[in-house]
Amino acid sequence: MSTRFTKDHEWIRVEGEEGVMGITAYAAEQLGDVVFVELPEVGKTVAQGDELAVVESVKAASEVYAPVSGEIIEVNSALEDAPATVNEAPQGEGWFVKIKLSDKAQLDAMMDDAAYAEHTK
Amino acid sequence: MAMNTQGRPSAPLHTPDPGAYDDTFSGSRGLDQAEPLIFERQTYDKTGVDFETPKGTKSRLGALERTEDLGLPGLSEPEAMRHYVRLSRKNYAIDIGLYPLGSCTMKHNPRLNEKMARLPGFSDVHPLQPQSTVQGAFELIGELAHWLMTLTNMPTVAMSPKAGAHGELCGMMAIRAALDARGESHRRRVLVPESAHGTNPATAVQCGFFCDEIPAGPDGRVDMEAFKAKLGDDVAAIMLTNPNTCGLFERDIRAIADAIHEAGGYFYCDGANFNAISGRVRPGDLGVDAMHFNLHKTYSTPHGGGGPGAGPTVLSEALAKFAPLPFVIKEGDSWRMVEDEADARAQGAQPFGRMVAFHGQMGMFTRAMSYMLSHGADGLKQASEDAVLNANYILARLKDVMTPSFDGLCMHEALFDDRFLKDTGVTTLDFAKAMIDEGYHPMTMYFPLVVHGAMLIEPTESESKASVDRFCDTLEALAHAAKAGETERFTAAPRFAPAKRLDETRAARQPVLRWTPAASEA
Repeated sequence: MSTRFTKDHEWIRVEGEEGVMGITAYAAEQLGDVVFVELPEVGKTVAQGDELAVVESVKAASEVYAPVSGEIIEVNSALEDAPATVNEAPQGEGWFVKIKLSDKAQLDAMMDDAAYAEHTK
Repeated sequence: MAMNTQGRPSAPLHTPDPGAYDDTFSGSRGLDQAEPLIFERQTYDKTGVDFETPKGTKSRLGALERTEDLGLPGLSEPEAMRHYVRLSRKNYAIDIGLYPLGSCTMKHNPRLNEKMARLPGFSDVHPLQPQSTVQGAFELIGELAHWLMTLTNMPTVAMSPKAGAHGELCGMMAIRAALDARGESHRRRVLVPESAHGTNPATAVQCGFFCDEIPAGPDGRVDMEAFKAKLGDDVAAIMLTNPNTCGLFERDIRAIADAIHEAGGYFYCDGANFNAISGRVRPGDLGVDAMHFNLHKTYSTPHGGGGPGAGPTVLSEALAKFAPLPFVIKEGDSWRMVEDEADARAQGAQPFGRMVAFHGQMGMFTRAMSYMLSHGADGLKQASEDAVLNANYILARLKDVMTPSFDGLCMHEALFDDRFLKDTGVTTLDFAKAMIDEGYHPMTMYFPLVVHGAMLIEPTESESKASVDRFCDTLEALAHAAKAGETERFTAAPRFAPAKRLDETRAARQPVLRWTPAASEA
């Protein structure tokens, strides 16, 4: 399945029941150099729109929201020592968490590539 | 006549080639001295004061006696003096030039304040000396409290908080105590507008609340509909800055106060921008329940010039009895400090606790009192009016070359964003660094977060028209240069500062917070 986007600049890529998510290239560019990422505990259950992580750049600290509801099954702890990865590969190596989705229908209302590109114009 | 060719030439013999020899052997540049950290000097063999080695005392430390040197830097008195004076010359200060740091109110600190603060009855008192010997200091605290309560039309002021954020903490702790006393400890949600100072949400969370952000409307003020939609029986308070950090007066403040009270919550007002309205608006009339002052901004002594800050916090009738210990009261002709809870309860108070070991900052109290008495009620009002006038003058002069974020007049600070730099290759950061080359401390940048690439300029009333004009001329010229494609002027800035462009990212990712000696000398 292709990548989906929120209006708050999170992306999520779902395979089966699991999704991997992070912040978009546009968000990383706007934030500037990321210096710190605070990730949730594995096992935590989140609802769509809940505060999921905090990303701190030279400019500001920003909340990252859960794009979908579900359970956190893995976090990218490599970001703790290498927050720059978020700038280098925001939609690849710089992923934040993996979520086990509780409601896949939530994805339907989210933006696809083209719609997100339009959103950030 | 005989030409004397032996004397000193009075004109340059040749025009030096600019760019040649742009380094020096000593590391100093002109009369601007290179100066290492005091520990980097690596000299331990000197001292400014010689004490004789004590005789006839026997050490009882046994094995605990220190065997190694302390490793304290050794400097003679002139070296110590030079060290700090040299460092101070690398600093920028309100006594050197205009300091347009928005939301910081960097105003001139009248020298009279310093004279008053150094009076021995204020400067040489010890917090533990008998109360009967510090009656004058107590009276000054009481008199200053009277002024602060009068300026705000509030019944109580807690004098002990030591800075703005500490004052916020005081106000929010009073709010929590009041909620607990009402049996409504479940109220934990605090509404905070998105343009708030970062300390507001931090304070709320520190007090055990959690924050809910209120979006700003297109006019830069609180979106009333969004605010009302967030009210509920779990709301503890709203924390609002007025004027807000966009330099705009929250026109709906009365309606906001009524709505939060109706919902059972309290109204915390961040008084950081009180310099815009001091003597003109009384927060008590607006329905505010708690507000801190930044004595060290609004009433001079910016950014701890000469000492730490002070954040007295006024409290409404609903919160007054929860004010923290200690506080001074007048009994007959004498003053007394109420220090313990039983004593406070006998006075009808229910203090939520104590925030400081002793009392507030006597030095700040004295400076603020001196500032207030020398200005008078009319002078304080005039100062606010002039501060607002200066900011609007800047807004008017620069609105065609830079891009103001909101239409209409501003209060004490003018907010611009980076739309005028679009496609120039120059960012807000570059623009700010170029200001350093021009001899100005940059304005507040990238704050508030509600506009893109924010530049927040607060001139204060300290600046004359000539000074503001010179500043505007400079910004105007910089804006034109950016648009004319002189990108290098900005991206290479600061070119003339003691330190060039610093790597802020590396400083944040790999902070070096402590100096450690090189391994070989450790």
